[in-house]
Parts: sequence; C-alpha cells; structure tokens
Amino acid sequence: MIGSFWAGLLSGSVHAGTPLLYATLGEAIEERAGIVNLGLEGVMLMGAVVGFSTTVQTGNAAVGVLAAALTGGVFNLIFGFLVITRQANQLASGLALMFCGVGLSALVGAPYIGSRIKGLNEVRIPLLSDLPLVGATFFHYDILVYLVVPLSILVWWVLFYTRWGLILRAVGENPTAAFAAGKDPHRVQYQALFIAGMLGGIAGAHLSLALAKTWAEWMTAGRGFIAVALVIFSKWHPLRAIAGALLFGGAIAFQLQMQARGVPVSPFLLDMLPYLLSLAVLAVWGGARRHAAPASLGRVFQGTE
Amino acid sequence: MVERIDELSQRYGLQVDPTAPVWRLSIGERQKVEVLKLLLADAQILILDEPTRSLAPHEVEGLFRVFANLRRDGYAVVFITHKLPEVLACADRITVMRRGRVAGTLAGSEATESGLVSLMFGGGGIESPHRGGKTPREGVQPLLELRQVSTRAQGEATGLQEVNLTVLPGEIVGVAGVSGNGQRELGDVILGLERCARGTKYLWGQDATHWSVARIRASGVAFIPEDPLGMAVVAGMTVQENMALADTRKYARQGGLSMDWAAVREDLERSLKRLGFTIPSLDLRVGTLSGGNIQRVVLAREMARNPRLILAFYPTRGLDVRSAVAARELLVASRDAGAGVLLISEDLGELFSLIDLLVVLFRGRIVGTSKPQEITVNKVGYLMTGSRGGTWVE
Amino acid sequence: MGRIRELVRGLRTSRNGGMSGFFRFVGLFGLAFGVFAVVLLIFGKNPLKAYADIFSSTLGSAYGFSEVLVKMIPLILTAVAVAVPSRIWLINVGGEGQLYVGALFATWGALTCSNLPAWILLPWMFLLGFIGGGLWASISGVLRAKGWASETISTLLLNYVAILLVNFFVFGPWKDSESANYPQTAAFVHAAILPAFGGTRLHLGFAFAFLALILFHFVLSRTRWGLEIRAIGGNAEAARRNGIPTTRYIVLLMFIGGGVAGLAGMSEVSGIQGQLRPSLSPGYGFAGFLISWMAGGNPLGIAAAAFLLAIIASGGDILQMAHGLPGSVVNILMALILFVVLARRGWKVGGK
Repeated sequence: MIGSFWAGLLSGSVHAGTPLLYATLGEAIEERAGIVNLGLEGVMLMGAVVGFSTTVQTGNAAVGVLAAALTGGVFNLIFGFLVITRQANQLASGLALMFCGVGLSALVGAPYIGSRIKGLNEVRIPLLSDLPLVGATFFHYDILVYLVVPLSILVWWVLFYTRWGLILRAVGENPTAAFAAGKDPHRVQYQALFIAGMLGGIAGAHLSLALAKTWAEWMTAGRGFIAVALVIFSKWHPLRAIAGALLFGGAIAFQLQMQARGVPVSPFLLDMLPYLLSLAVLAVWGGARRHAAPASLGRVFQGTE
Repeated sequence: MVERIDELSQRYGLQVDPTAPVWRLSIGERQKVEVLKLLLADAQILILDEPTRSLAPHEVEGLFRVFANLRRDGYAVVFITHKLPEVLACADRITVMRRGRVAGTLAGSEATESGLVSLMFGGGGIESPHRGGKTPREGVQPLLELRQVSTRAQGEATGLQEVNLTVLPGEIVGVAGVSGNGQRELGDVILGLERCARGTKYLWGQDATHWSVARIRASGVAFIPEDPLGMAVVAGMTVQENMALADTRKYARQGGLSMDWAAVREDLERSLKRLGFTIPSLDLRVGTLSGGNIQRVVLAREMARNPRLILAFYPTRGLDVRSAVAARELLVASRDAGAGVLLISEDLGELFSLIDLLVVLFRGRIVGTSKPQEITVNKVGYLMTGSRGGTWVE
Repeated sequence: MGRIRELVRGLRTSRNGGMSGFFRFVGLFGLAFGVFAVVLLIFGKNPLKAYADIFSSTLGSAYGFSEVLVKMIPLILTAVAVAVPSRIWLINVGGEGQLYVGALFATWGALTCSNLPAWILLPWMFLLGFIGGGLWASISGVLRAKGWASETISTLLLNYVAILLVNFFVFGPWKDSESANYPQTAAFVHAAILPAFGGTRLHLGFAFAFLALILFHFVLSRTRWGLEIRAIGGNAEAARRNGIPTTRYIVLLMFIGGGVAGLAGMSEVSGIQGQLRPSLSPGYGFAGFLISWMAGGNPLGIAAAAFLLAIIASGGDILQMAHGLPGSVVNILMALILFVVLARRGWKVGGK
C-alpha cells in the first residue's frame, strides 16, 4: 500500500528528525555566538548514556531526560573552558570533546549494553490520536517530539526578540564590537554553550530512550556531525532548521522503510543517504551560505581564528 | 528606544528604517545609522573618517545638512577627507596634514582649492624631471598593454573601470593617486591574481589575459608590493629561502628533489651588492628583519632576475635616504637598459623626478595622462582628489 | 648523523617551543594520567594495577613490545595523513574513512588477483591502498579548493560513508560463503599477506611507516615542493603572488594524506587481519589526528607520540581483558591528553 509507505516515511522522518533538530538547535545557538562545536557528537552520547542509565536506575524516563540535559550542559562546559577561557583551537577542542564523550559514554554504558527498556512513553492526545490515518501518523509520539517544534519557535524568539539573543548574535558577528559596547562576550558564550549542551543531551536522550530504547556504543553514528551540516543548511536559523531536520530525518527513515518493505537495496547504501545528503548540501550551498554565517564563525573555518 | 531614534532622526535629518537589517541598507543609510548610534550614546564630538567615500552626490548633500543641524545644536564634528570641494563646502576650520605633520590651518572662509593643494602637496619646488621623454612612443612593441580592463569590485574595494594603460620598453610610467583608488587592483590584475571582468591584457605583445601568476612572473614581470611583509615574503622563512621562492623552478635540481642553495646565495649576494644594500645575514628569518631591510630583500630578489617589466608599489617607503636613492637609481638604470617600469607612488616629488609618463588614478579610472613636463603638481593634485569634476583641463 | 641533528633541531625550534617545552609536555601528560586514574577509581578499578598491567604487558616482554610496534604502524601512518595537509593548514579528520577505503581497494586487489605471486601482488595492493585512500581524501580536497566546503566537515562525514561502503561489500558481494555468521571477506591467499618478522606480528608495514616519516621530512625540508608547501603554510598570500599554485597543492596534499592513511588500511588488512572486516580500525584515524596535533606535525614528535599512544592502545586491550572495561575507554585518556595540551595558553599545537 503506497499510502502506508508515505505515512510511514513521514512519521519516521518526524521521529528520526527530532533528535537531529534538538542537536541542530543547540549547535545553531553556539555558532550564533561564534563557536563551532565538533564535539556535539560526544555531548549527544553523554546525554544518551546518562539518560538511559538514569532511567534504568530510577524507572522514570522524565528524570532520565532531565539528567541527560544537565549532563550535556556540564559536559559542554569543558569544551567552553578550552575555547573561551583558553582560546584553544575550536576544531581540535571539539574533536577532543568527541573522543572523551565516546570513551566516557562507553564506560558508563558498559553495564547497560543491549538492555531494553520501555523508555519514553507515547503521549496520546485526546481526539487527535484517534483520527484514522493522520492520527496514527502524527500523534503517537513521545513528549520530546511534541516539544521540539515549540522549542524551535522559542529559540527563534529568544535569538531575535530578546536582549540576550541580541547580545549573543552580536558576539558571534563581532566580539570586539560587542565588547566595545560594554558586553562581556565570554559570559554570553558560556551561557550559550551550556544551553547548547543541554539541547545536545536531550537529543542523545531521545535516541536512547525513544528511538532505539537501548544503549550501544557510539549509537549516535555521526548525527552530531550531520547536525553541524544542518546548521549551515538552515542558515543558522532555528525555524529553517525544522525543515532541514525533517529532510534528514527522512533520509534516515527512508532506509528503514525500504528495509521494512524488503526492497533489495543494501541497507548500508541506504544508510549513506543522510551523510551524502549533508555533503551535497554543503557542496552546493556551503559556498553561498558562508556569507550568511555569523562573521566571527567564518574565521574559524578559514583557519584565521 | 524607538521614540528616541525617531526624535533624533527628525531633528537631524537622519531618516532611516530602524527595523531594517543593516546589510540591506545602502551605504548612505548605514552612515546615518552610525551617526544615530553615536548620538544615542550621547556623544558630544563626532569624528567621521572619509564618510563620503562611497556616497552619491545627493547623499553627500544630505550629510552636509546633517552636519549643519548638528552644528546648530552645539555638537562638534571632525570631518576627515581628501576631497577638497566638500571641505570647502562645509568646514568652519580646515587643518591640512602632510606626512604625519600639520602643514597648516585655514579658516573655511579664507581657504581656496589652490591654497589647500599647495599645503597638501608642497606646492612648487618640485624639480623638473631630469631624465625622460627620450623614447619615442610610436612603433615600439609595448611590454604591457591593458585595453579597457575592468575588474569587479569586492565589497568596499575599488574596481577598475575601463583602464587603458601601456608601458613601453625603456620608460617609467608613474601612477599617481591617493591610496585606495584602485592601485592594488591594478597590480593584481597585471600580475594575474585578479581576473579581468572585461577587457584584455597583453604582455610582450601576447594575449596574457588568462595567464597564471607563475607564467607571468616567469616571463619577466617583477613585483615590489606595498606591504612586503604581508605580500611578498614568508616571515617564517630565511632570507635565502625567500629568494628562492621567486623562481623555485630555476633553482631546483634533480627534477625538484633538491635545491641549489649555493646558486640562490650567489644570485642574492650579487644583487644586494649591485644595489649597495647589506643584510646582516642571509640565514635570518625574514620576520626578524626591520621593515626597511625586508624591503631591501624584496628589491634585491626581484631585480636579480633582470625583469623586463617592473611593478613597483611605493618602493622607497620605509627606506633611509641612501637606500631610497639607490632604489630609484636602480629603477632608472633598469629603464635605461630597456626594461619598463610601472611606478605607483604617493610621493609626487619622487614621481616627477623619475617618470617619463604620468597617469592619474581616481576611483579605478585613469583620469589623466601626461608627460611630466607638461603638467603641474597642482593639477595632478586636483585630479588625484577628484576636484574640478575630474576632467582633464590643459 | 647530520639528519638526526637536523631532526632534533627541528624539535627544538618546532612550534612547540623547544626543550623546556618538552619537560612541560611530560608534566602535562602526568596530569592527564592522573585524571584518568581518578576516572578508573570512580568506576571501581584499581588505577595502579591497571597502569602496572599496561606497563608490563607492553614493555615487559619482547612479544609485548613487538605488539606496541605493531600498533604504531597504523598510528604513524594516520598521523602522517593528518600532518601532510596540516602544513598548509588543512584539517584532515577523515583518516578513518581514508584508511577503510584504502583497505577496500587493497582487498579488491587481493581477491581478484589471488593467483599472482607475492612480489607482484603486494606492491599492487600497496598501490591500490594508496590510490583508494588518496581518491577518498581528494573529494574533500576538491571541495575545499573550490571553496565549497570546509575539509574538516567533509572529511568527517565521509568517514561514515566509507565505513558503510566497507560494510556493504563485506556483508554483500565479498561475503565469505564459508563463515556464514561473521561479516568478513574470504581469507587472503598467502601471497597477499605482508610478511612478518621472527614469530611476532610485526610486519612489513613497519617499513612503510618508517618510510613515510622519512619521506615526509625529506620532501618538506629539501625539495622544491617542500619549499613551496612551507611557503603556502607560512604566508599563502605571498606564496600566491610568487606564482605558487596554492589550489593545486590543496588537492595534492589531501590526496597524499589520504593515500598514506589508505596505506594504513592496506597494511592492517594485509599484515594483521588477513581479511576485510568492518571492525578493521578501532579509531586509528582519529588517533592519528591526535598524534599529529600533539607533535606539531614534526616527524620525530609523531614517532614519539605514536609510541606513547600505541602503549595506551595496547593498554586498552589489557583493560578490556583483565579489568572488564570496554576497549574504547582509552579514548578518555586520549581526550584528556588532548585537553591538557589544548588548555595550555600560548601553546600552538599544530599551529593556529
């Protein structure tokens, strides 16, 4: 039934796109402040493992998500210390954070490998969940999925309509000018990194608690890097990121759908889709989009930071 | 906030849409934003550095009206510019600076263009050129020829507009102009670093419009840039290594597997001797040398290859008198030996004493061409600053 | 002898600030090891015993030592893979993927030409490995040269594509029909295996690694291309104005870097594993990045850091077997080392 393919694809996109969106929002906030975090992958892994283990220990998935968010935020502060206070190279520091996240999460998660849990429950919305086709597709998700779009809107509002957001963006464009205007760029950057870390942690938690409902080493499989590409794709704009995450979630879901239908294309080739898509996006739009980047950020990629 | 912006806008004629993102605003509007920012921060003195550089005439008039309003309310405005008509139009008091010193101060009502130009450029006393005009300009294959060359302006920089320029063997062509009017772009386009958006470029009679930098350099073009440390040498490498950079192919042996450093040293030492320069040691990192020494190294390196065409940007900047004289004599000697020189300089005295032909560059256009004997310094000054509408009046 | 003196002089005047810098370096390492010990404690392991075990299993026996050298092979190669492009400030984090593609190409050679004698087959696999890794990296090189994408991100993304590519072949067309449950190719014929020395697993690949380091140093310091590369790295603007073709070097150096990583893949698949499996590399590519950055791109430093990390990596095996820790826990130690190095203000590791 073709209809169920599209429905399945769509709901899969939403489901798979959710952690991408959380991660992308976090990274977008960081980059708006002029900092690239390649260690997002590590942050997500820490969130995933802490969320999972906390949920197993406490039996409460909500506590798990909270713990994941907190862990992510604190973990990102390590990165913050390196790049903000010590002014270390952002790309190398991010990768170091990634290594640390991979190793530490493996250590923490060792006893939990393969365990399956109930994880985040589906949230049923009265009436809407009971609609025939639409209900099954759109309204059988966990709470994090429902929250992500309002959160994007919140992030957009904060970035563009609050004083804090204005200062953040100014720091990302021209920290010297912001400093000259009497703002402390470092403080704002630390705050941005903490928030971004929390979002990354939530993204990881969604992976382990809702999507996979288990723990495996390095289960983010590069989603942190896809998020970095997504930020560029959405021109550092939280609302456009929604579309981007949906698209890339679709690429991930596509493989699952194909497999479910027994289409004889190797799952590995299909799995390549999100990465190749990210690459294509960068190649085609990266050059043009570079001009849309916060000015201070561009220097990082050109190595003149 | 919005109310205050409105109030100030009305009062001083600084109407601009406060909600528009800055990148969408024209330069003139951005200027208004800058002034508003200063006023909102309760500044009493406003310093504007070359504010009319990218403004259209009507926007300039608008800016002057803003000045008038500000003056009326007791604000002080310091207006830095090299455009004489503007200064005359709005200033109460004019101070002229030359080479880092104050050359004179006039009251606005008493100043005239010629008076200002004399203060800016030192008026008379420029010796008439003592060499030059020897080579006939007909029937000789030009070394360099630019025909209607235009380049695309990048951001705030100046693009070249329909530049026609010819350098013959055995002549020094001087380019006069205030820095920032296209000199850098001119050098880049000749060297092959910048593409001609329109027009063609000929070197030694061949169409060189699409030649690579390496090819152009190898064919005999020397380049002495305005910022030697940033543009010509690698600070972390030794003098000797930098010498080899100009022509790595020449000094490579065994197909590139090794470099003939002995030959590099020999050529460099010979060139330094010919110029009368001394460098403390050829094994020093270039970054540790003084600015003058760096310039000397670059000169020695470029001249060592006996180039046929020399692009010299402010070549004597930072040099002591003796080295500057040596450098000038070098350019003249090269000219006498049949090479061609394109000399870009802000020092009109230097230009007038060396060149065979003068060209004035303003806003990316050649606004005047003349033999040095047939033009006065004042006239050049006018052309450089865009006065008298930029038309060339004999 | 003169060469060694030059290398040491290079270390002294390297971007890491000389001999006193070396001692500071050692002190930093101590800090990293200390923090890792604390981590081990938190998880209920005895750090002293762990470190002792690592030490005795690696340096305490000839075989253990040979195992360290075995691990150094891919580490040195992947480090050179990062160091070469880093000379013109390119950041190659795709060593992992380039390694896998190199192994892929070499495997193809082994599987299709299995009736050739070793002295033809091995060089052919060598070439294939280099080309495979080189081509993979030059995708990123071209993207960067054209100004379309930062090589940091493109190499990172391509890592995952490469691993999936290998998975595709190993689970699919090249799957060994005999070992139905394990994802791996058929075992290579004897001619496709790199010979090893004296009863250890130390194989010919060690010569590749050694050669790579020597060539790297030699080309950079003596040849014409080395001069031009150093010029671009020192002042790209001045290099361009002197006619040096910077964009061409971007693609070339990425190709060479990827090629060397591809050799790491070839040597692992041919010298150690004897067949292609998805678990070929436990993160050698990323470790190579770490090594190159710590060493500031200096060949002696790379050898020293690779030695250290080989000990740590071997330690990972011990930690896994004797102490029940997941092997990837050594990533934490590596990260800690990188942290303390990065946190030193003013220490320009690898440059900017």
